[in-house]
Amino acid sequence: MKLTLKIWRQKDARAKGSFVTYHMDNVSPEMSFLEMMDALNKKLVEEDKDPVAFDHDCREGICGSCGMYINGHPHGPVPGVTTCHLSMRYFNDGDTIWVEPWRAKPFPVIRDLIVDRSAFDKIQVAGGFISVNAGAAPEANSIPVRKKNADEAFDSAICIGCGACVAACKNASAMLFVSAKISQFALLPQGRVEAKDRVRAMVEKMDELGFGNCSNTGACEAACPKKIKLTNIARLNREYYKAY
Amino acid sequence: MIRLNSKIPDGPLARKWTSYKASVKLVNPANKKKIDIIVVGTGLSGASAASSLGELGYNVKVFCYQDSPRRAHSVAAQGGINAAKNYQNDGDSVYRLFYDMIKGGDFRAREANVYRAAEVSNQVIDHFTAIGVPFARDYGGTLDTRSFGGVQVSRTFYAKGQTGQQCLLGCYSSLNRQIKKGTVKMFPRREMLDLVVIDGRARGIITRNLVTGEIERHSAHAVVLATGGYGTIYYLSTLAVNSNASAAWKAHKKGACFANPSFVQIHPTCVPQLNEFQSKLTLMSESLRNDGRVWVPRTKGDKRPANDIPEEERDYYLERRYPAYGNLVPRDVGSRAAKERCDAGYGVGDTGLAVYLDFRDAINKQGKKAIESKYGNLFELYKTITGKDPYEEPMMIYPAGHYTMGGLWVDYELMTTIPGLYAIGESNFSDHGANRLGASSLMQAAGDGYFILPVTINNYLADQIRVPKIPTDSPEFEEAEKSARERLAKLISIKGKQTASSFHKRLGKIMWDYCGMTRNEEGLKKALVLVKELKKEFWSDLNVPGTINELNQELEKAGRVADYFELAELLITDAIERKESCGAHFREEYQTPDGEALRNDKEFAYVAVWEYAGEGKPHILHKEELKFEEVEMKERSYK
Ligand SMILES: Cc1cc2nc3c(=O)[nH]c(=O)nc-3n(C[C@H](O)[C@H](O)[C@H](O)COP(=O)(O)OP(=O)(O)OC[C@H]3O[C@@H](n4cnc5c(N)ncnc54)[C@H](O)[C@@H]3O)c2cc1C
Ligand code: SF4
Ligand code: FES
Repeated sequence: MKLTLKIWRQKDARAKGSFVTYHMDNVSPEMSFLEMMDALNKKLVEEDKDPVAFDHDCREGICGSCGMYINGHPHGPVPGVTTCHLSMRYFNDGDTIWVEPWRAKPFPVIRDLIVDRSAFDKIQVAGGFISVNAGAAPEANSIPVRKKNADEAFDSAICIGCGACVAACKNASAMLFVSAKISQFALLPQGRVEAKDRVRAMVEKMDELGFGNCSNTGACEAACPKKIKLTNIARLNREYYKAY
Repeated sequence: MIRLNSKIPDGPLARKWTSYKASVKLVNPANKKKIDIIVVGTGLSGASAASSLGELGYNVKVFCYQDSPRRAHSVAAQGGINAAKNYQNDGDSVYRLFYDMIKGGDFRAREANVYRAAEVSNQVIDHFTAIGVPFARDYGGTLDTRSFGGVQVSRTFYAKGQTGQQCLLGCYSSLNRQIKKGTVKMFPRREMLDLVVIDGRARGIITRNLVTGEIERHSAHAVVLATGGYGTIYYLSTLAVNSNASAAWKAHKKGACFANPSFVQIHPTCVPQLNEFQSKLTLMSESLRNDGRVWVPRTKGDKRPANDIPEEERDYYLERRYPAYGNLVPRDVGSRAAKERCDAGYGVGDTGLAVYLDFRDAINKQGKKAIESKYGNLFELYKTITGKDPYEEPMMIYPAGHYTMGGLWVDYELMTTIPGLYAIGESNFSDHGANRLGASSLMQAAGDGYFILPVTINNYLADQIRVPKIPTDSPEFEEAEKSARERLAKLISIKGKQTASSFHKRLGKIMWDYCGMTRNEEGLKKALVLVKELKKEFWSDLNVPGTINELNQELEKAGRVADYFELAELLITDAIERKESCGAHFREEYQTPDGEALRNDKEFAYVAVWEYAGEGKPHILHKEELKFEEVEMKERSYK
C-alpha cells in the first residue's frame, strides 16, 4: 500500500506544532499501525531527520502507553482496539491518514504524539486503593464474593489508563476512567470499607486537575479500547451521592 | 576476586525461613524514617517492594522508564499466579509446589530460595485478594483455580487472561497509597544509567529524565533493582518492546555478578511472525493448553486447511510423546517438540514455522460459552492480530523468547555481590533454575517484593542507622555522572547510517539462530564472532539524531542495544561453558536417544556466576555448587 501521512509535529510543550506530510510506500496490511510508524521512523533516521516521538511499550493492548488520534478517532476507526493493535488491513492503498496526539487540556503535549497523562496517576493516588498493609490480610477465602460481583468488578478493572476516553470527550471529562476504579472497589466487600472517602477524594482530585463535567454524550464509551461501560459512570454517581 | 556466600540459613529446609525471620536484625521505626531506599522498577516486584518498604516507614524513591508505574511489563502477564493453597483438595502443599519448581527448573535452582518462594505464595494470594484484585471465583464465592504446564494439581489463581494486569494494578494501588502518605516518591520517565558505588557499597544511581534529558543524581542507603528480564535480547519476544537489561548490566559492570545468563525460556505458544517489520510476538497464554490440543498433520507439507484434515491424519504429538502430561508439558519441552516437528517438515502456515492449537474438542464438549468465559479475551486478541477466528479454526502458534531465568546473582537475602544492592523479581536468577514453570514468576516477583525483601533488607540496614544522608557531590557520583554523559555523547557522535533498531534486529536474529531453543558448540562459537563483528559495526555506523538534552527515543534505544551486545557475549559464553542439556538450555550434543535433555549432574550441578573483570577482559567464572538436601536429583520425565 501507498499512504500519505499527516502527522502532528511539536518539538516540546512550549513549541507551536503543525502537521507535516510524509509519504509511505510498501506498507503491508499485516503491519500494526505502530509498526507502520516504526517503518516511517526508520526512514527518517536513515535520512538523519528527527523521528516521530510516540509512547508505546507492550504492543499488545494492555499497558495503555500508546494512543493517537487517527483520522479524528482516538486509537483509530476500529472499535475495541488500542493503536498498537490497530491493523493496517483496515486502511486502503492511497489513503491519507491524519495522526495527532490526544487533545485535552489536562494532557499537555510533551513532544509530537506524546502527552503528559500524569493527572491520571494523581487521581489514583488520591484514593484508588484499599488500605491494607502487606502482612495484614486475612485468609483469601474468608472473604467470599458473589461470582456475579467479582466478574463485574473485573470488567471495570480492566481499564488500561490510556486516556482515550478523555481525548474523545468534548468536555475532557475523566468520568469513565474514574468510574472504572470506583466500580471495581464498590462491587467488592473489601472495597466497601473506604467507599465514601474514596469516591469523594477521587472526584475532588479529578475536578481540581481540570477535567470537565460529564454531559452523557457517550463518546468515551465508544472510544474506549477496553469497552468500559457507561454504567460505571452511573454507579460512580450513585456512590458519590451516597457519600454525602 | 569476589567470594560467594549464599547465606543459606542452617536447619531443615521447612524451618529455614522461620528461623531466619526469628533471628534477623530489626530497625526500629524512628530509625527507619532516617533511611533512604531507591527502588528501580515498578513491576510486580518493584511496586510491591516500594510500597511495603514505605509501609514500614522507610523513605523510598521509585523509578521507571514508562510514563506511569502502572505500565511496567508485569501488566502483560496473562495466565495466572500460583499458590499452594490446596483449595481444590487435590493433594497440593508448599512442599509439592517447591518440588514442582525444583523439578521444573531441572535441578539447577537453590533449594532454600525455592522453598521460601513456595512458602510465601499463600500470603501473596491473601494480600492481593484483600487489596481488591478481582480474581476469578466460583459460584459459592470462593476463589477459582486452573492448571498450568508441568504440574498435576490445580493451583493457578487467575483473572481471565489479564492476571498480570490485575496483580500489577493491585501493586500500583498499594504504591499510590504510600505516595499519598509521603513515604514513597515516584519518578516516572526516568532511566537508570548507572549505579553509584562508594567504599564498596551501593549508594545511589544516575538517571536520565527522559522528557528533558537532564542527568540526575539520587543517593540512598540501599538500592533495589526490580528491572525485569532481558528476553528482548532476541529482538522479537513476548516482552514489552522497551524492556531491557541495561540497569542490571550497569550494576554488573560495577561488581554485581551475573548468574546463568544463558538460561532463557522460549515459550511454546505465541502468535507466529507475520511480517518483516514485526516488532513483537504476542503470547497466547499457557492456560490455553488446559483445553487446547496441539497438533500437526501426519503428512509432510499437508497444505489443506486445518478443518479439512480428518482426525486420523492429525498428529497430536505432545499427547503421543508425553502421555502423562500431554498438552501440559513444561514450556521447554513443548517448545522443542514444536521445533522438532517444524524442522522435520510438518509445520503449518505459509512459513511452515507454526503448529496448531485446537479448541474444537473442548468447544464440542463444554460449549462455546464455557470456553469464551475462560479465554474470551485471548481469542479476541488472537483475532485482532491475525484476523482469524479461533472458535472456527485452530490457532497457529510458534515458540518465542519469553522469560530469563538467569539474572543478577543474589544470596538468600536477595542481595547481590555488591553490599547494599538487591535484585528482585525477574532481574535476579534465584528461583527458577534452568526453566520456569508457568505462573510462578508473578508469584516470585510479588513474594520477593511484599514478603521477602522487606524482611531481609533490615539485616543490612540495621548497621546503616548511623550513616547520615548520603551526599551526591562525592567523587564517586561525579565520576558516575561523567561517564554516563560521555557514553551518551559517544552514541550521538557516531553519525552513521543505521538505526539502533536495525542493529537490534540483527543481533536478535543471531541470538535466535544460534543461542535459542537448541544450541551446539560450533554454532555458539560462530555466534560469538558474529556478535563481535556486529558490535563493531554498531559503534561505527549507528545514527542517533537529535541531542542529549531533549526527549530522544533513538538515544534511549541505542543505549539499550549497546548493552545488549555486551550481555549477548556473556550469554553465549555461558552457553558454551555449560556442556550439558538442562531445562531450557538444550545442547544438541547432549541428549538421550529419544531426544530428551541429558543433564550432567556430576560436573554441572552449579550456578554459573560471572564476574566482570574489566573492559575487554574475559569474565571470571565462579561456581556456586548446588546441594540438594531435601530432594533427590532425578531425570526429569513427563512421560
Ligand atoms: C507476555 C507475558 C506473559 C506472562 N505471563 C505470566 C503469567 O501468566 N504468570 C506468571 O507468573 N508470569 C508471567 N510472565 C512473566 C512475568 O510477567 C514477569 O516475569 C514478571 O512480571 C516480572 O516482573 P518484574 O517486577 O520483575 O519486572 P517488570 O514487570 O518487567 O518491571 C520492570 C520495571 O523496571 C523498570 N526499568 C527497567 N529498566 C529500567 C531502567 N534502566 N531505569 C528505570 N527503570 C527501569 C521498568 O520501567 C519497569 O517498571 C509473563 C511474561 C510475559 C512476557
Ligand atoms: S476507560 Fe477506557 S479509554 Fe478511558 S483510560 Fe480506561 S481503557 Fe482508556
Ligand atoms: S503499547 Fe501497550 S497498549 Fe499499546
